[in-house]
Amino acid sequence: MKTYEEINRKIEKGTAVVLTADEIIDYVDKKGLDKAAEEVDVVTTATFGPMCSSGCFLNFGHSKPKIRITEAWIDDVLCYSGIAAVDVYLGATQLRHNDPANMYYPGEFISGGGHVIEKLVKGEKCQLFALSYGTDDYPRKEIRTWFDINDLNQAIMVNPRNCYQNYNVAINCSDKTVYTYLGILKPNMENLTYSSAGQLSPLLNDPLYETIGIGSSVWLAGSRGHVHAEGTQHCPTAERTANDVPVEGAGTLGLTADMKKMKGEYVRGVSLKGYGVSLSLGVGIPIPVLNREILKRTTVRNREIEACVIDYSHDYQNKTGNVIAKVNYEDLMKNNVTISGKKVEVSSMSSYSKALEIAEILKDEIKRGDFPLAVPGQRLPVSQGMKGLEIRREK
Amino acid sequence: MTITKKVLLLFPKSETEKPIVYHLVKDYDLIVNIFRAKVTPEEYGYLVLDLTGSEENIRNGLDFVKSFHVEINEADRGIRWDEKKCIQCGNCLSHCPTEALYISDPETRKIDYNEDKCVQCLSCIENCPYGACSSIF
Repeated sequence: MKTYEEINRKIEKGTAVVLTADEIIDYVDKKGLDKAAEEVDVVTTATFGPMCSSGCFLNFGHSKPKIRITEAWIDDVLCYSGIAAVDVYLGATQLRHNDPANMYYPGEFISGGGHVIEKLVKGEKCQLFALSYGTDDYPRKEIRTWFDINDLNQAIMVNPRNCYQNYNVAINCSDKTVYTYLGILKPNMENLTYSSAGQLSPLLNDPLYETIGIGSSVWLAGSRGHVHAEGTQHCPTAERTANDVPVEGAGTLGLTADMKKMKGEYVRGVSLKGYGVSLSLGVGIPIPVLNREILKRTTVRNREIEACVIDYSHDYQNKTGNVIAKVNYEDLMKNNVTISGKKVEVSSMSSYSKALEIAEILKDEIKRGDFPLAVPGQRLPVSQGMKGLEIRREK
Repeated sequence: MTITKKVLLLFPKSETEKPIVYHLVKDYDLIVNIFRAKVTPEEYGYLVLDLTGSEENIRNGLDFVKSFHVEINEADRGIRWDEKKCIQCGNCLSHCPTEALYISDPETRKIDYNEDKCVQCLSCIENCPYGACSSIF
């Protein structure tokens, strides 16, 4: 048994023993669970992939004379400005003004909110265009200017839903190509796409949210941030296997961090043909080894994590609940999937390579004493379900 | 010895109506496999193709092509994979029919591109969410 305080003291002294969720598997195999639980202080987990429910609050500072922005576009991407005078929220999936979307199907979606966020993080210049109706105290009605992230007072990423615990594997059972947020799915089950870092993924290493809670420190694209809330659609009551690992989406995290401290290589705009735009983010989360049970859960292997194969030509959109098959991440990563006697080619939306890189970076930061752990102030819900939206004809 | 060489031919405006490929087959005994071509009168054109035959015949065939002021590019053959833009997700893997895009290291799942295997189907360009694959024309 260890406490957060004991672990943080070791981190501060530079003596903490830190391993990635990849390394811990063999380590525990070799040393045994009890010995490893004594020795290891922190296991680092990570993931990198599209996280659509992401965006940032920006504060521009006041021009002379002042404007109370009512509509705003950055590089022609609409921002939400129904908040204070020069604050806006730029969302990852917002299309660029005049993007033809799917008018010429399948659309290309070359640029949008996610791409502008990437530009901002990289320190590139963007154009602000904003309008107002004008008031006595904020008389300006229009503004057009160039700025970069250093000109802003604040640029704070606030993401309502990141780090899905597990995710659907998408396949297409129809005879036409379908264009989805998991990429292009060829007809007749020619290919499938998964989206998880498997045994490296944060919430798959802490399936019952024993250490990752509200207030936990996270490495968000290179910036030290934290979990600010349960993620939207957080649904812990999903189906789980004997090791408590969910076989479907399940838990999610609301994350926030200072965008000015982020690194461009971990904040990438995404263009999904026929679907839209998004933002890929790199997230690393440390798991403190408070006891042997917590450590045991971090030794989960790809072959012990299953995901549901869902037909994205019919079952997904119609919520039929039909599951074509269940597959594990070892087989997915080895391109070794056969469904109904047919070999299916595998693609991934999540970058295992980047996740591995992030788990290593976070490991080094903790070892150097640069990344202390925060004690979560509140546990994520463990018993709630997820509602659908009913279409009512009357109030 | 029979070898196969992949080349990119860039045609100047004036040469596009000459039956160059016909002569490569007929006069130089070469097997021609065309991956991608745009040969339009009054415009610059291109042809990406495999030439299979004896080393000597390929050399002589390419000398013949050069005599029409056709530019031969053996280094850049039309499709580019930008390692810096690639995030190594592997979404391209099921779309690349020849494993030109492939996992070079199963441990780290890093992606690499083998231009020799590319048949220029352009599927990767359509699919890559990060614009890592592109065509020079």
